Amino acid sequence: MSSVPRFWRNLGSRYNLEGTRCKECGEYFYPPRNVCVNCRRTGELESFKFKGTGEIVSYTLIHTAAEGFENQSPYTLAIIKLDEGPSLTSQVVGEPEKMHIGMRVKPVFRKLGEDGERGMIYYGTKFVPADA
Amino acid sequence: MTIGIVSYGAYVPRYRIKIEEIARLWGDDAEALKNGLMVYEKSVPDVDEDAATIAVEAARYAMARSGVDPSRIGAVYTGSESHPYAVKPTSTIVAQAISATPEMTAADFEFACKAGTAAVQACMGLVGSGMIDLGMAIGADVSQGAPSDALEYTAAAGGVACLIGRKESELAAIIEDTYSFTTDTPDFWRREGMPYPEHGGRFTGEPGYFKHVTNGANGLLKKLGTKPEDYDYAVFHQPNGKFPSKAAKMLGFTKAQITPGLVVPKIGNTYSGSCLMGIAATLDQAKPGDRIFATAFGSGAGSDAFSIIVTDRIEEIRNRAPTVSELIKDPIYIDYARYARHKGKIRLA
Repeated sequence: MSSVPRFWRNLGSRYNLEGTRCKECGEYFYPPRNVCVNCRRTGELESFKFKGTGEIVSYTLIHTAAEGFENQSPYTLAIIKLDEGPSLTSQVVGEPEKMHIGMRVKPVFRKLGEDGERGMIYYGTKFVPADA
Repeated sequence: MTIGIVSYGAYVPRYRIKIEEIARLWGDDAEALKNGLMVYEKSVPDVDEDAATIAVEAARYAMARSGVDPSRIGAVYTGSESHPYAVKPTSTIVAQAISATPEMTAADFEFACKAGTAAVQACMGLVGSGMIDLGMAIGADVSQGAPSDALEYTAAAGGVACLIGRKESELAAIIEDTYSFTTDTPDFWRREGMPYPEHGGRFTGEPGYFKHVTNGANGLLKKLGTKPEDYDYAVFHQPNGKFPSKAAKMLGFTKAQITPGLVVPKIGNTYSGSCLMGIAATLDQAKPGDRIFATAFGSGAGSDAFSIIVTDRIEEIRNRAPTVSELIKDPIYIDYARYARHKGKIRLA
């Protein structure tokens, strides 16, 4: 995450889970798509804000953290299926021993990372257990 | 014109450290500290939480309670002494995260522990003058206390957001009036670039907290012609449990009036969130028609006093977001090592 403009372009989807939905076939897309994969040129996409609730499809516990994430290890990285359909990869904040496949989750606003002490701080959505 | 609180939202991180654990490290007497401070544990932010994330969570709960269209918000002001950036507003992050951008103004406030109530007053002015429809005022902090300093036992994390408006049908509480008392008093400060604040020790008490809280409170009582017994509840800035209890007694308020809003024993001093947290905890249980007296204090120094009347609408909105007692009921206790990691006191590489 070293490109400020690249992150800025995706603020809407990072902060507020903004994606798109095809008015023609009803399919939801996250991250947002400009063209519907089902309807192609006959599809019509509109912006859509996901509720953010969903469940863990699969997860892994990261012990050897990537650069910039050392202070967070061990942390859970999961594939989450949103209730509207699309899946995304995100950190799930919480005690690692409580994570399980099928666990219901809800969104929270957290620091995703930062470019050292002088660079930008990247904020966005992570998930927590729905009963937290 | 009637101005008031359309909605409110609080947020407290899940982690806690007990006074015993901090005292164990520094060889202090935990029992004496707990009795002296009337604080038993304090909230600790997660490794990926800061004043901005806390402000966003509080503001989102306020939006969930209000049910209003975020594009109606004309100003977002965030008060904190721990803004994550020295230059780059926390309030723009909050405004984007609650979808209030772009037709609005925003700025960050700083006045030690009363930056949140200063933001409330600024929103009252803008809303009252008709310049904006709704204003979001937030106090949020991940406050810092130097290791082994007295502040380390109470410097906590949390935040509260208040949506200020003027449509009477939308108000959950009417702010009858406000009064401030401000002087140049160097009881607590942090220089640019320094990680921890400095304070005047016992000097923070009489010339700082008590002088400003009592003058602010008495000033508002005089302005309104009210007496302590006219109020059902009272909230005073809570850097610890002892100060607000003593200030209440000095002013003639009872223990029963301050108890519902006295949240500091379980979460510590949330700085810019502190007085607003007490107001939120009181709104969580107040009935329509109840009257709340509140006085925030910020070192440096100043106080903001408010007189608030709860309306029927409180019952409608209260349960649309977690109450303060729900937010603090299920803590995860951590030891000093993990606390040091969460607070960024351990430097990696």
